[in-house]
Amino acid sequence: MELLAQQLITGIATGGIYACMALAVVMIYQAIHHLNFAQGEMAMFSTFIAWQMLAWGVPYWLVIPLTVVISFAGGVAIERLVIRPLGDAPVLSHIVVFIGLFAIINSLAGFIWDFTIKPFPSPFGEGSQFGGLISNHQVGMIAVTMTVLVILFLFFQYTRVGLAMRAAAENPASARLVGIRVGWMIALGWGMAAAIGAIAGILIAPIVFLEPNMMLSILLYGFAGAVLGGLTSPTGAVFGGFMVGIIENLAGTYIPVIGGELKLPIALFLIVTVLVFKPTGLFGRTVVQRV
Amino acid sequence: MSMLLEVTGLHASYGDFRVLHGLDFSVEKGGISTLLGANGAGKTTTLRALCGMIKRSGTIRFDGNDISGKATEDIVRMGVAHVPEGRGTFTGLTTEENLQCGAMTRSSRAEIARDLEQAYHWFPRLRERRNQQAGTLSGGEQQMLAIARALMLRPRLMLLDEPSFGLAPLIVQEMFSILRKVNEEEQVSMLIVEQNAGVVLELADTAFVLETGDIVMSGTAAEIRDNETIRAAYLGY
Ligand SMILES: Nc1ncnc2c1ncn2[C@@H]1O[C@H](COP(=O)(O)OP(=O)(O)O)[C@@H](O)[C@H]1O
Ligand SMILES: [Mg+2]
Repeated sequence: MELLAQQLITGIATGGIYACMALAVVMIYQAIHHLNFAQGEMAMFSTFIAWQMLAWGVPYWLVIPLTVVISFAGGVAIERLVIRPLGDAPVLSHIVVFIGLFAIINSLAGFIWDFTIKPFPSPFGEGSQFGGLISNHQVGMIAVTMTVLVILFLFFQYTRVGLAMRAAAENPASARLVGIRVGWMIALGWGMAAAIGAIAGILIAPIVFLEPNMMLSILLYGFAGAVLGGLTSPTGAVFGGFMVGIIENLAGTYIPVIGGELKLPIALFLIVTVLVFKPTGLFGRTVVQRV
Repeated sequence: MSMLLEVTGLHASYGDFRVLHGLDFSVEKGGISTLLGANGAGKTTTLRALCGMIKRSGTIRFDGNDISGKATEDIVRMGVAHVPEGRGTFTGLTTEENLQCGAMTRSSRAEIARDLEQAYHWFPRLRERRNQQAGTLSGGEQQMLAIARALMLRPRLMLLDEPSFGLAPLIVQEMFSILRKVNEEEQVSMLIVEQNAGVVLELADTAFVLETGDIVMSGTAAEIRDNETIRAAYLGY
């Protein structure tokens, strides 16, 4: 029983990270209809920036907002300099550019900070709660991801910029006709996705350790969450991320053949299953429309 | 009479395919002009060219300023509201969110709230549907929504692309009578593109007849309406 509770909590904690990555992926997908394969590498790079500032002695409470702001600016810059010039180029051009970004960011991180694995301190310190049932870091992960998700929900639901972003993603031509600067909304989406990724990276780094390839599997789980929830639904992506986290942990613990080593294929298995049986995902909608 | 919109020598093309061959037309301040023409004549293209959705050349003077080089968003911000072909509904947003989008370029929350009430006053059916996903509205309701959304800009000029398309005659009557009231009470000038010449000629003061990218006839709406030769030759009724 205690093992089950522990696995569930671990699942929810890592699920929050997958939910953030899934949300970042879906935000960009909705705006440009392409999957950003470099999302994980962007998050990894942000985490290195945080690590560097910590190494320079900047206090943690300052490192997090600084990293978020820098990452936001980086996301906007990538959109303006690399993605926007692509315009309506075919899918393959986008894939090539994303793979290029992936490789460049990855090797740049390796070049600056080398490929050795680095420990990354938790912002919430060591120790645990409820007689060792849940570590302080897990409590912090759950609290932070939940807060981020609630803020984003409020932003998209109740602010004018949030509404403008939704309108621009749904119907760019109509959005221009009401005066929304669609190009900037897309850039804003990239900035926000990068900032969310940075938070996810900082939260997961104490668990997987910091190195240029740390986000590979995390992004795969994020994709699985996004696909499970439906690429067209931010809410679905968040739900999917949490589900993937829970399924991953329970399967790893209770299905003997899977164990710790074979957890990764679960993500692939989930992606393929969803795409075969319910391509729109659990929440994805083909928008109801009368003609 | 001073002109709000004055277009001279408007050319536009899709790639190498030239669609408009130098149009001259205008809309008076406070007036309603209509651009009539059969399917494929270039009516939609004309409206797209006016607000910079496609490449164009020629002079487009809006309230004295040449807007022929401006981007769509900037033209909209000057007070030109385009109700596009197909209505351009944000189908995944609610009715009220669609209306809020129409006021996206404005800043005063109090004024926007007042105009929202005004929009519901013009179109009471939209108030009943305010929290409904806009894609589930009927065709007529979506057309009303498109017009109401355009009004949320507090436009000086409205461009309407075949507002009567696909609607039952009674609904068309209702919609045109609202357009007339909007024009009279709020001094919104309009350029209405139509195939349905009969109805719009009752509303407009000036008419232009478009045929394969050229204006072949123009005059007061009454002249065009009362001239049987023109009606038979160009308007088919
Ligand atoms: N997106 C487009 N690409 C290429 N040609 C187009 C496009 N839209 C319209 N056309 C062509 O331009 C001409 C005028 O079309 P349009 O302006 O839509 O006419 P109307 O609105 O009067 O029915 C037609 O010959 C049409 O085939
Ligand atoms: Mg048309």
